[in-house]
Amino acid sequence: MKTTITVNGEARELDVDPRTTLLDALRETLGLTGTKKGCDHGQCGACTVLVNGVRINSCLSLAVMHDGDAVTTIEGVGTVGKLSAIQQAFLTEDAFQCGYCTPGQICSALGMLQEVADNWPSQETGDLTAQIRLTDDELRERMSGNICRCSAYPQIVAAIKSVAGELA
Amino acid sequence: MRPFTYERATDAAGAVKAAAATPNAKFLAGGTNLLDLMKLEIEHPAHLIDVGRLPMAQVEDTPDGGLRIGAMATNSHVAADARVRSRYPVLTQAIVAGGSGQLRNKATTGGNLLQRTRCAYFYDTTKPCNKRQPGSGCGALEGLNRNSAIFGASHACIATHPSDMAVALAALDARIETLSPSGEARAFPIIELHRLPGETPDVETHLIPGELITAVVLPPPPKGGQAYRKVRDRASYSAGLASVAVVGGAVALGAVAHKPWRAVEAESALAAGASPAEAIAAELKAASDNGRNGFKINLVSRLVPAAVEEARQQGRGE
Repeated sequence: MKTTITVNGEARELDVDPRTTLLDALRETLGLTGTKKGCDHGQCGACTVLVNGVRINSCLSLAVMHDGDAVTTIEGVGTVGKLSAIQQAFLTEDAFQCGYCTPGQICSALGMLQEVADNWPSQETGDLTAQIRLTDDELRERMSGNICRCSAYPQIVAAIKSVAGELA
Repeated sequence: MRPFTYERATDAAGAVKAAAATPNAKFLAGGTNLLDLMKLEIEHPAHLIDVGRLPMAQVEDTPDGGLRIGAMATNSHVAADARVRSRYPVLTQAIVAGGSGQLRNKATTGGNLLQRTRCAYFYDTTKPCNKRQPGSGCGALEGLNRNSAIFGASHACIATHPSDMAVALAALDARIETLSPSGEARAFPIIELHRLPGETPDVETHLIPGELITAVVLPPPPKGGQAYRKVRDRASYSAGLASVAVVGGAVALGAVAHKPWRAVEAESALAAGASPAEAIAAELKAASDNGRNGFKINLVSRLVPAAVEEARQQGRGE
């Protein structure tokens, strides 16, 4: 089935079986293997990408559902030669061991920081009518959809906090 | 995943027409639950009608001071809506207690209501499950039933409905608006949407085949405070063991029955002047367990009074 998705700023025409998830289309059809397949059931967050600026699990979406959408993957966040601030922060804070969850953590963090900027509440938000402050508890709650099996959580929190001011 | 055909609906009338014309068709909205179940071959529709882009994602004021939430409004957008946060805080609290940020960004209001149980035997295709395969039996009855129902279960099924959002909507007396395959619109209270399992746990709602949920309508917020509390094994991103929504004098329970459970006995007792502890004790007279889920009875007896007190405190501050 024909579908067109703008991936990292470039319109890409695909012809896929309707069963193809957005994750598999990115990895297998387009060769963008930065986005990782962990559980493939929306439980681990390794496949997190931004669709029209909003973070989702790409494993729980069909490619054909995204005709006309703009998708940002880790390849669109930065490159080896030109790291984004958040990628540099993950290096500086040593926010991973094996690195498998890292692309999902970074895409999720970017989406999360925008949600905070837009004043979206979480279950850690006490006063629902006040401006949200990104405390450690808020940050951890908002990142609970991304699992790190190496348990680099303290460093991940530190990395995200170090860029939160400039990005949020 | 088994093969299927896919089409994107451009309007609600076309969507229900397509559903009526195609055998074994299903509506696809956010897909977060349906696609997961299709990967596991628990769901295997022959045709998907993508309703995700239908123009039903708005949250609008109603003339009487309530809100109409379009069925395609994402859980995140509803939770973040300023009117929901100020007038129906219990709904925001319930929504952000469910899933992860990524899931709430994709999951829709209609889809959340129609999500299916997390019972381990429903998910394990090597085990009997009357909900997944009618007539095969219930593995949970004498199995790992720690998270099973304590209200309204049957010998055929003791699964629970997993939604947090629906519990708040039940306490808020929300109404469901639908479009039937014949093109007829109807509306009914949310408490009439889901069924108890009885002999046919595979039939989970009173929707007719091919009927599409188009909106959820909230009446004006009632007097009194609101509170939502959820107990689970992890602090975040985990299904509930029990939850409760209190809205004024209304009490609804989650993760304890095949549907959001309106605690009418507790409500009557509260209205008659009983203490919150006495009120929930009256409700729990009808509770029963299957062994491993017996702790839920105790849990609910403590959870509800705490939520009622919290709501009363909120109400006094108004």
